[in-house]
Formats: sequence, structure tokens, C-alpha cells
Amino acid sequence: MSIFDMTIHELHAALQGKQISSLEATSAMLERIEAVEPHIGSFITVTAEQALATAKTADQLIASGECDLLTGIPLAIKDIFLTEGVRTTCGSRILHNFIPPYSATSWEKLRDQGAVLLGKLNQDEFAMGSSNESSAYGITRNPWDRTCIPGGSSGGSAAAVAAREAVATLGTDTGGSIRQPASHCGCVGLKPTYGRVSRYGVIAYASSLDQVGPLTRDVADCAAMLRALAGHDPKDSTSVDTPVPDYSASLSQGVKGLRIGLPKEYFIDGLDPDVQKAMDDAIDTYRRLGAEFVDISLPHTDYAVATYYLIATAEASSNLARYDGVRFGHRAEADGLLEMYTKSRSEGFGSEVKRRIMLGTYALSSGYYDAYYVKAQKVRTLIMNDFISAFANVDVMLTPVAPTPAFKIGEKIDDPLQMYLSDIFTIPVNLAGTCAMSIPAGFSVAGLPIGLQLIGKPFDEETILRAGFAFEQATEWHTRKATI
Amino acid sequence: MRMTVTEVEYVARLARLELTPAEKELFAGQMGAILGYVEKLKGLDTEGITPTSHAVPMENSFREDVAFSSISLENALANAPDRAGSFFAVPKVIE
Amino acid sequence: MKYQPVIGLEVHVQLLTDSKIFCGCSTKFGSEPNTQTCPVCLGLPGALPVLNKKVVEFAIKAGLSTNCSITQRSIFARKNYFYPDLPKGYQISQFENPICQRGWLDIAVDGGELKRIGITRIHMEEDAGKLVHGELSGSSDGSGVDLNRACTPLLEVVSEPDLRSSDEAVIYLKRLHQIVTWLGICDGNMEEGSFRCDANVSVMPVGSDTLGTRAEIKNINSFKFVKQAIEYEIQRQIDQIEDGGKVVQETRLFDPNSGTTRSMRSKEEAHDYRYFPDPDLVPLVISDEWVERSRQALPELPEQRRQRFMDELGLPLYDAEVLTANRALADYFEAGIAAYSNAKAVANWIMGEITRALNDSGTAIEACPITPGELAALLKLIDNGTISGKMAKIVFDEMWCSGKTPQAIVEDKGLVQLSDSNAIENIIDEIMAANAGQVNEYRGGKEKVFGFFVGQVMKASRGRANPSVVNELLLDKLRG
Repeated sequence: MSIFDMTIHELHAALQGKQISSLEATSAMLERIEAVEPHIGSFITVTAEQALATAKTADQLIASGECDLLTGIPLAIKDIFLTEGVRTTCGSRILHNFIPPYSATSWEKLRDQGAVLLGKLNQDEFAMGSSNESSAYGITRNPWDRTCIPGGSSGGSAAAVAAREAVATLGTDTGGSIRQPASHCGCVGLKPTYGRVSRYGVIAYASSLDQVGPLTRDVADCAAMLRALAGHDPKDSTSVDTPVPDYSASLSQGVKGLRIGLPKEYFIDGLDPDVQKAMDDAIDTYRRLGAEFVDISLPHTDYAVATYYLIATAEASSNLARYDGVRFGHRAEADGLLEMYTKSRSEGFGSEVKRRIMLGTYALSSGYYDAYYVKAQKVRTLIMNDFISAFANVDVMLTPVAPTPAFKIGEKIDDPLQMYLSDIFTIPVNLAGTCAMSIPAGFSVAGLPIGLQLIGKPFDEETILRAGFAFEQATEWHTRKATI
Repeated sequence: MRMTVTEVEYVARLARLELTPAEKELFAGQMGAILGYVEKLKGLDTEGITPTSHAVPMENSFREDVAFSSISLENALANAPDRAGSFFAVPKVIE
Repeated sequence: MKYQPVIGLEVHVQLLTDSKIFCGCSTKFGSEPNTQTCPVCLGLPGALPVLNKKVVEFAIKAGLSTNCSITQRSIFARKNYFYPDLPKGYQISQFENPICQRGWLDIAVDGGELKRIGITRIHMEEDAGKLVHGELSGSSDGSGVDLNRACTPLLEVVSEPDLRSSDEAVIYLKRLHQIVTWLGICDGNMEEGSFRCDANVSVMPVGSDTLGTRAEIKNINSFKFVKQAIEYEIQRQIDQIEDGGKVVQETRLFDPNSGTTRSMRSKEEAHDYRYFPDPDLVPLVISDEWVERSRQALPELPEQRRQRFMDELGLPLYDAEVLTANRALADYFEAGIAAYSNAKAVANWIMGEITRALNDSGTAIEACPITPGELAALLKLIDNGTISGKMAKIVFDEMWCSGKTPQAIVEDKGLVQLSDSNAIENIIDEIMAANAGQVNEYRGGKEKVFGFFVGQVMKASRGRANPSVVNELLLDKLRG
């Protein structure tokens, strides 16, 4: 097996067994990145020198026997995570020169275990997008079909795992930004419950929806990564102080008797037939494994996209006000203060970001606040209540991640609304604040990966990881590799 | 539904964005389409429903009143596009 | 036409916490620019606010002391606008459901009559940074931004438009100042901006019940300026109306140099602050128990203490008012009467000698070199006849300068009062012998000369003679 095909667990065993050093693994990864990047474009910044130095330190730790699961494992993270001393752009021109003086808590947790940072991954600008086409640093291509998008906004994070440019990656998910690219690129992607992982040091898009999560080759790695990331952070008021279970321990407990809900609103007529087939097959697999299926309803699903685009853009319009050219980031040549603001921001932000700032500003502006923002917050309550009622009868829900496999590059770029509607199955989970995971569940006729989504109760990542692991053990979708 | 160019201009000014005439037209159309789509919320009865700010119920997250050392002046100013001594420099502000 | 001014005040009270409201940076005043900053108060990407619990405790104290009800579930909101001193492009403040609502303060207006001034709300918020212009900023054609003050905790106390004159405004403001400093939640330093005031001023014809258009005046940083700014603004608005013009709703800046107000260009744009609940902060829930705990922990407030000084110690209103001007002074007084029970005597000395000496030397009562115990000891020496009241003032000055106890000073300088009749008689005899002419004048009916003899005796005894003994004996002897 090539080094770059290994999972975290496999590489950890090889490092422990001294079959390979972290320096060798890291070098192999960096070579792989160099070879693959011209075709994929997963990375914005590759931190080769720093990676090799960390790998050497990791090897000393391993030699001394003081190592954690992630010690010496080469990872890459979305460019939305602040990394002290390493340029962080969030996919935007406005941060083209921003070198943070501090690091995100989530990245610090991995770094403190001795993980090696290969670089910062491409993404939609400020995580606003579903295709990675809004990045100021070029598009990312889907490793399975380079004419297709990898999904977004954590498109680089999913493509890097699929193209085997990193053992695992970190992404963020505001309306599906981990799960949808994971689905399109055939990897595992988890959005934890809101509050499970610290948001400190993660560039905010929509604060009440953003969550950090891992993208990995398999569910076991995903469980291990979540364990490393989760937990209360005193620097994030919205991070929840609740015990973090050992997710790996319960993985193999099976799904016998597990009650899986099938929300009827997610199995619509317009569903792509390949996606429908993958879902049918998955349901059969789970039945064979002893799970029970229950038909359920999430009646307000149809309102989720509208609700999301009001709440997310409103929060974003305010979150992105700090990019003003005063203390950091791009500043335009200008006469006077007002011109400095407008020019810096207009030059620094791309179209999609401007559109969302404008929409959010509008939704909060005098005379529209109640009709748009407050209304959306009320509908959010209804959507949340849908989940609470449905979860009274089931342990997890099974749905498609996206209505279609990855679409073509450029296909939806001129029609924002169509782009937004492709997130219809992932957005409700963010609004409800609960956890969900995408796992590989098949391929389209054209050979593009299809993911299935397992939605869990709030703070019950354990059950979806267990259900995902059982499925993975019974199938071989996750073992297929894109050829580049 | 359509958004007028005047509305687009008002919002752009609030958001400190400068748009070209073509962008204004484009955004008026696109935002109009999106606002048309979100109109569907109006049909939903939300009388008596409490708005949700956070999906996960949380309250009272505090820190104790303990001062710790701040980042260095050089770190604070390191990313400044322009500085004057220990200040961030900006074009003249008229009050 | 006669006009009735209508005034409401918005007061910003900077809280005396060690760290900022949403981050751990120090709140110390006067440091080098941008040395008390961190990712949170610099508004760096990814930084998140966490609420300082002490700010909430201080806000509850302020609310309870101004008769407000404490809101059970309050939230923070973002007030969105662009300005270089506002790092995030929004200020974290409270909009709907502020922590304190519907309170009041009674102020004594003309002739001691009490008037109730409504307090609409008190909310918590973060301060902005500071802008410096011109040479100060190191570049003559630009402005400089210092974010040391950004994210410093403030309470904004908003009054109802219940004030009807600049004098009432000043009395109200002083009262509020007294309370927040008394509670120890604000240092009250107006020059450094720890206690600052915006005034909403409008005028309407006397007898009208329709409020006029108001102007908001900013940058008023002393009691004197409050009076000046409001009076100027009232006259300006009256002139405007009399000239057939209209008052426009606007923000005006007070210029202390000219005593005038002028329209602020930077605030010309229509306000659309787009307030919405800050998703980075969670709701603040204050239980009844918490409110009760705070209420129990409140110090006796100035009003209550003033009343007690009158009821229990029999002090006149004026004395009680002066002694409760601030908490340290009232504490000083109470420590004094604990050691010496004549409250009126202690009050007189504090309001007289102590206050004079403090003022002359620019010392605060907290740093008074004479402890209340030493003052009491001095008063006891007068009481037991060791020294005269007049001598006591000399001893007092010496105590102030040297820090010695009154007993030590009296002994060292031989200042013990002379009450021995024989000794005083001897002195009187000598003086009468040397001033036979005056003795005859007195005996001839010119009683005014008596004062001359008293003076001579005191002079001869170097002030030590007990004045009442001197009076008695002198009267006896002169009458022959």
C-alpha cells in the first residue's frame, strides 16, 4: 500500500511499528501534493518546510514512546482556520496578506497531539458556496471527474482526502459545507452538534450555524478525529461543557434494533435516480444488519433553504464588517475614509460574498427586520421542533446528502438560487443544530461518488458513527480510489 | 419579485460596498429572485412562535474578571496596512 | 413666547473591572497605544467574545441602586456601523431586553423639593477605541487608531426626558455619579472619560404637550460643561424657532473651548444600525436568588445613610448631605464617631478643618494623613480640657504635617492648657500692673477694653491659658 493511501489508524500503526517514520510519510505526502495539485487545486498554501520540521519532532516523540494517535500524521486544514504565523486567506482576496498572530483552538488540539500540517486548503470564499468556485485562489476539481466541482465550501478538504494529498482534513459546515463535498468526493465527513467543537479562531461565516468537523477516509478515523477536536473551550461562549465520549470504543456495537427514520420530505420525485438507487441499496444493507426503518416526517423541510439564506446572510453581513482595511487585510488606495472602506471591501470581496452581505444587510435593515430576519428565526424554531418530534421515535435518520452527484464546473455559477437549492438536504441539520455525517454509499452511472447522510440526535455523534461504521464494514464503497 | 436599483444602492452603502452599474443591475435581479423565493415563509403561520437564535439551548457563559497579558504591540500591528508609531493609521476622520 | 426645555441624559459609566468586558485585556488607563489588545478586542477574524461576570454583577448593583427591575433573561445585540475606532464593524450592546429597566432617582430641586426622574433602562456594552488626529497620531494628514479602550465595559444609563432645566440635569447627573462611585463600580473620573454624558435636548412652548425635535449633544465631560452645553443648546433651538426656522434631529458635538455645539459631519448619515441578537453570546439568565444575593450585598446607599445620620445622630440635613457626598467621607465620619461619640463635633471638624486641609493639599479623603481615631483623640483632648479649641487647630495642623498623634504633639510642644487659677491670676496681676490706664478705662465703664486684657493674657501664656478660666478671673479682678 502506498503511504498516501493509508488511514490515520494504519499510518499510526506503521509509525509505532517503526515501519516508517513521520518524516518519510510527510515527504511522501508532499511529493504526492506536488504531483497532484496541478490537476486538482486542493491547496491554497503548502507548508512544506514547517511540515518536515514538525515531522522530525514527531519522530523523536514516537521514538521516546510518548505519542498520541495523531503524532506524526500529515493533515491539512481548510484555510478558514487561523494558523499562527501561516497565512490564512479564507479563500478571499481581502485576506491575501493576513498572517494570524494566533491559532484556532481546533487546530491547536491536533497540533498539540503532534499532528503535521501539510498546508491550508482551498474553499469557497468565506465558506460561501457549494462548489468551491468562489475561491479567490482558483477552483478545485473533483478527483473523480475533473470537469466536476468537488462540492463546497470545504471542497479542498474533501478533494485532498479523495486525491490522497492528506491523510485527513478539517472543514467547516454551515449549511452542508463538510457533508456535501464529502459526498461528492467519496469520503467521510462529519458535522458535529453545534457547540461540540470550539469555533474560536475559525473565521466566522454564520455564527449560529458554523461547526468544525473532520473529513476522513473511513469512519474509524472520523471517530478518532472528533474525539481529538471535541470539548468545551472557555474562549467560545457557545461551546458546550458536556462530556466527550470515546467514540472509537462503541464503533463496533452494530445496528441491530437501531431505529432509523426515513423522512419522506427527503425522498422526493426530483431525486437523481442514481442517488435514489444508492439510498435503496443502503436501506437494504441496514435491514440485513438488523436495523428497523420508520417512516417519519419533517414537515417544514421545504422552508429550510429560505430560512437559512436569511439567517446565514444576516449574520454574515455583520461578521464580515470587520474586513475594513483598518487593522489587517487588503486596503485600497483611496481618498478619504469612506472611499477607503468601500474600495477596500469592493476590491477584496468576490461576487458571491458581496451578494450575501447585501442580502443579509437587507434582511436586517430598518423596516425589513421583522418580516425577514425575525420571521426566519421563528421558522427555525419550527424546523427544530420537527427534528425533536421525529427523534422521539427514531435513533438516527437516513437521507441523501445532495439531490444529485457532483455537477459540472460552471453549471450553476450564474444562478445563485439553483446553487442554494442544492443544499436542501444538509441545511435543515444546521438550522436544528444537530449532528450529521456523510459516508460513501455508491457511485453514479457516470462514476461519481454518492454519499448517504446519517443524522443524529443533538450530542449523539456516537450513534451515527456506530451506524456509519456498521455500514462501512458491510460495504466497500469507501475503499475505492479516484485515479488521477 | 424584483429589487430596485435604489434599494441595492441603499444596502450597498450600508454595507460599504461600491458596485458598478452592471453589478447593481445584476444584483437587483439575483437578489430579487432570492427574495422572491424566501417569500414562501410569509405563508407560514408563526403566530406565538419564539424565534430561535441558537438551536442548542445555552445560557450564562462567563469568564472571571482576571486580566492576562495582551499580545505584543508588534503582533497587534503586524497586519496593519498602515501604521503611525503605535497607532493604526487611517485617512483623516472628520467628526 | 416662553419655552420649556425637555432634557434626557444618556450616561456612559465605565466599570472598574480589571479586565475588559469580552476579553482578558487590562482596562488600565493611559498606556502606550495598542499595548492592551488581543485578537478579541482587535476584532481579528475568528476571535469570539466571552462575557466578564463582574460586569453583570456591577450592572445588577447599579440597577438595584436606581430602583430598576432586573431583567430575568437578557441578551446582547450587535449594533452595526462602520467607524475606525470600532474594530468589528459592530458594537456589542444590548437592545431588546437590557439588564435593568424602569428605575428612578429622586433629586432635590428648588427649595429641597424632591422630583422623581425616571430611568428608562441600563444596559451593558463595550466601549470603542480612541481616534487621535493630526500630529498626535504621528501623521499630519491622517488619524490614528488606539484600541486599548476598545471592549472596555460600560453601562449606559438612559433617563426619561423628565429633566426641565440645565440645573436639574446637573443635579441628576451628580446624584448618579455619587451612586456609581459609592458602589465602587466606577471611578467617576470625568476627565479620563470614565463617566460621560450625552444630552438629548429639545424645547417646546410652555403649556404645550408635544415634545419638540431633539438634538443629541455628545462629548460633555464635566458637570460644568453639562450646564453650559445644555444652556447653549436650549438658546440655540429657541433662536432657531424664533427666527422662523426648524430644529432638525441631529447629533451635535459640544466644544468646551467655545462653549458651543456644532453639527457632527460624521454622524450625518441616516442611522440604520441593524440591531440583532449576537449569535456569539448566549442569553444571560439572572435568577431571583442572584438578584437577592446582590441586594443583600449592597452597601448602605447614600440616601439611606444620610437619613440615618439625621435620625440616629441628630445631624442637620446639611451636615448629613455633606458627609454622605461620597462613601469614603461617610466611612471616615463613622469611624470617627465610633471613637468619639459627639457626632456634631466630629461632623464640624470633618466639614471644617479636614475638608479645608484636603482641599488645600489636593488630597482625597482616602489618603487623609489624619486617621479618624487620631481626630477623635484630638477632640477628647479638647473635651477634657487638656487643650483649648483654638490650640486644637494648631495641634491639628501639626498632626497633618508630621503625622504624629495629638498627645505626642501636646507633650512635645508643652501645649497643655493652663487651667491653674493661681498661675493665671499671677499673669493677670502682672498685666493689670503694666496697663493701669486700661484698667481705669474699664472701670470707668469702657467695657470694650476687656478683649484687650484677654488677648494680653493669652499672649503671655502662649495661648495655653484656659479661656473660660481667664474670663472668670479677669472679670473678677477688673471689677476690683
